[in-house]
Amino acid sequence: MTRRKFLQLLALSGVGLIVPGASVRSVAAEVPVKKWAMVIDMSKCAKDGDCIDCVEACHRVHNVPKIPDPKREVKWIWNTPFERLFPEQGRYMGRELREQKVLTLCNHCENPPCVAVCPTKATFQREDGIVMMDYHRCIGCRYCMAACPYGARSFNWQDPRPFVRTIDKGYPTRTRGVVEKCNFCDERLAKGLIPACVEACKEKALAFGDLDDADSSVRKLLRSRNALQRKAELGTKPKVFYLPA
Amino acid sequence: MYDKPLILTIIIVVLAIVVAPFIYWRVSPGALLPPKLELPPGGEKRCVEPVDFMRKHHVDLLERWRESVVREGHLKYVASDGKEYTMSLTTTCMGCHSNKANFCDRCHDYVPVKPRCWTCHTFPEKGGSTK
Repeated sequence: MTRRKFLQLLALSGVGLIVPGASVRSVAAEVPVKKWAMVIDMSKCAKDGDCIDCVEACHRVHNVPKIPDPKREVKWIWNTPFERLFPEQGRYMGRELREQKVLTLCNHCENPPCVAVCPTKATFQREDGIVMMDYHRCIGCRYCMAACPYGARSFNWQDPRPFVRTIDKGYPTRTRGVVEKCNFCDERLAKGLIPACVEACKEKALAFGDLDDADSSVRKLLRSRNALQRKAELGTKPKVFYLPA
Repeated sequence: MYDKPLILTIIIVVLAIVVAPFIYWRVSPGALLPPKLELPPGGEKRCVEPVDFMRKHHVDLLERWRESVVREGHLKYVASDGKEYTMSLTTTCMGCHSNKANFCDRCHDYVPVKPRCWTCHTFPEKGGSTK
């Protein structure tokens, strides 16, 4: 055999190694791609200052642990004073307005810094804009937490299971050493449901919909009202909008 | 021969280590046989793919399912016989193989491998630990 022949054969067998029948096939979802966004009406949300229905609903369906130690706590959605979310806008506000509790969660940025820094692509952006976590790939380096300008991510310093009150078997828990955050309820969207927090809100303060659809609930609200985005100056293009009181 | 006792001892020890499995096999032939697995209590005969494929490739199948669901957002899997399945370890796999201890664990302990599925994924109440 000539050297040339040998190399040709080698190359061909290499191709044979790469191609072998992909025995696993999946059916592509035939849903047109959307651009999910949320609008939070702060005046409606503030009506009952102590209401945490949305937080409870989210944390229940996603098995988010309730850890008392604030340094180790894990949260997907929570309430924070207005001035913490909007330091610029809150500078000259009266105390009452500044301290008003406002809901916050992952902004599912169009230009997500967390995705840019993740070394394993454990956090990535889906076609519909949802910034997802693949917990299987997360190595717990917490670059994403450093990159996120909104503090939307939590790290599991310990096994979270003992801190989950009742484990919802419909959704996995997380494990020690991974970062977690809101997923815009991708598992519910896949079933045609709206996010758990939106569903749980009595005051209908949360709207969820497709930014690309001019008739969607979110676009209707954004058409008629002034809306704020957190730290818009950073260019992350958050997809959670706030309607001021 | 120098160091006769030492050399003889070493030879005997090495021989004992080499021969031990064969003696063990003679004494208790059942101990090294592959474990008996508990088939689905529901009496389901057909798995997602043929048994032989599942035996060899269930890990690959699960990995492909994982990538497909988490990263590509697909939920349905079409098996080689055309039947459609929801790609889910907890509901589809464990829906039939509801006794993790007598199915998954028995084989994994025998092999021995330690899959880390259960630190996050849940399984039906009876049977099995989170290892």
